[in-house]
Amino acid sequence: MGSKYRSPTIDRRSFVKIVTALLGSMMAAVVGLPVIQYFISPALKKDVSDDWISLGPLENYPLDIPTPFHFTLTRVNGWERSSQSYGAFVLRRPSEEIVVFSDVCTHLSCRVSWDPENEEFLCPCHAASFDKFGGVTSGPPPKPLNRYEIKLEENQLFIHFREG
Amino acid sequence: MTQSIFSWLDERLGLTAIYNTVLDRKVPKVNWWFTLGSASLFLGLLQGITGMLLSVYYVPTPDHAYDSITFIMNGVQFGWLIRGLHHWGASLLILTAFIHLLRVFFYGAYKYPREFTWFTGVILLFGALGMGFTGYLLPWNQRSYWATTVGTEIAGTVPVVGDFILRVLRGGTDLSAVTLSRFFSLHIWIFPAVIIATVITHLYLVIRLGISNIPDKDS
Ligand code: HEM
Ligand code: FES
Repeated sequence: MGSKYRSPTIDRRSFVKIVTALLGSMMAAVVGLPVIQYFISPALKKDVSDDWISLGPLENYPLDIPTPFHFTLTRVNGWERSSQSYGAFVLRRPSEEIVVFSDVCTHLSCRVSWDPENEEFLCPCHAASFDKFGGVTSGPPPKPLNRYEIKLEENQLFIHFREG
Repeated sequence: MTQSIFSWLDERLGLTAIYNTVLDRKVPKVNWWFTLGSASLFLGLLQGITGMLLSVYYVPTPDHAYDSITFIMNGVQFGWLIRGLHHWGASLLILTAFIHLLRVFFYGAYKYPREFTWFTGVILLFGALGMGFTGYLLPWNQRSYWATTVGTEIAGTVPVVGDFILRVLRGGTDLSAVTLSRFFSLHIWIFPAVIIATVITHLYLVIRLGISNIPDKDS
């Protein structure tokens, strides 16, 4: 090429290098930034459940013995609609106070069960125990078993289930 | 600092030598038709990247395939972009590869000593067509279902062994969950493995033998 086409400040080689690097980074950004959103967006979506769940007539639950109750809820995760099962324990006190515990261990979410012999809740995962009122008696859980908000309507027991 | 890290690595890995042989090699005076090989390579890489991303959410079973793609399109941010790139990239790749082939043919670039380069190129074209055929079934919508029904039926018209080929492609008499699963496996493992090995050979030969000249009037 004639010297009249030549730039005094930049040679052809560096010009091509700079343009290539610039276009390359632009293309990488156009694909790369959306990819981050593509990966994390399902994690940011909250699938909220907020329902009153009926546990049946109060008479079904014996006095002073934590009694299990199981229910299932339909959840939608991505392309899948699945039913998840949940568990609760109903404790009817002689004083007519009613407490409903979640069966999810407050340590790392294993399910606790009621041991009638020793009158305690046991978590099989890291050998924790809770007393009848949900308080931690041994093991790693940092706080007592969670309690559901409850209501009584015409002698039917309901719990307020919230998630998400 | 960066300079000394670079020369430490360069001394051990021979980066400058790789750069010089791969990118700074001597080429004859060529024209834009000579960029189509690189364009195909770039599109192939893009298919690989977007394909890996699709497989984050895609599920190859009849009861979930369609829903998982609907989720990619409507439930995931930029899912439409990733799928769109993969979808259009597939057709564009076949186009660039085919025009690349025509360039090589009309410039006579397939002649000695480049016959084997041509041969690996033919494998790549069939590999890309195979990727297109198997990928097309994956969305599991009406169009994919019937396209694959017809495609496998065409293979079935081969004399004598046709019925056998059709059954092997479908994994049975009918188009079924078995078909979807084997097409998926071919699409993400088997064809890519063959294609990657062949691309490496193809590029090795291009670098080893150099690019041919544009033929002049005498040749
Ligand atoms: C030569 C390269 C490739 C070609 C020509 C190709 C072609 C195709 C085609 C035509 C579809 C159907 C897309 C649609 O109709 O929306 C598809 C879908 C798909 N491909 Fe590929 N593909 C290639 C590479 C890859 C690679 C390397 C992977 C993964 C490692 C991959 C993963 C997928 C997945 C998961 C789908 C289903 C999602 C969808 O249909 O949108 N592909 N491909
Ligand atoms: S999960 Fe219950 S003790 Fe660890």
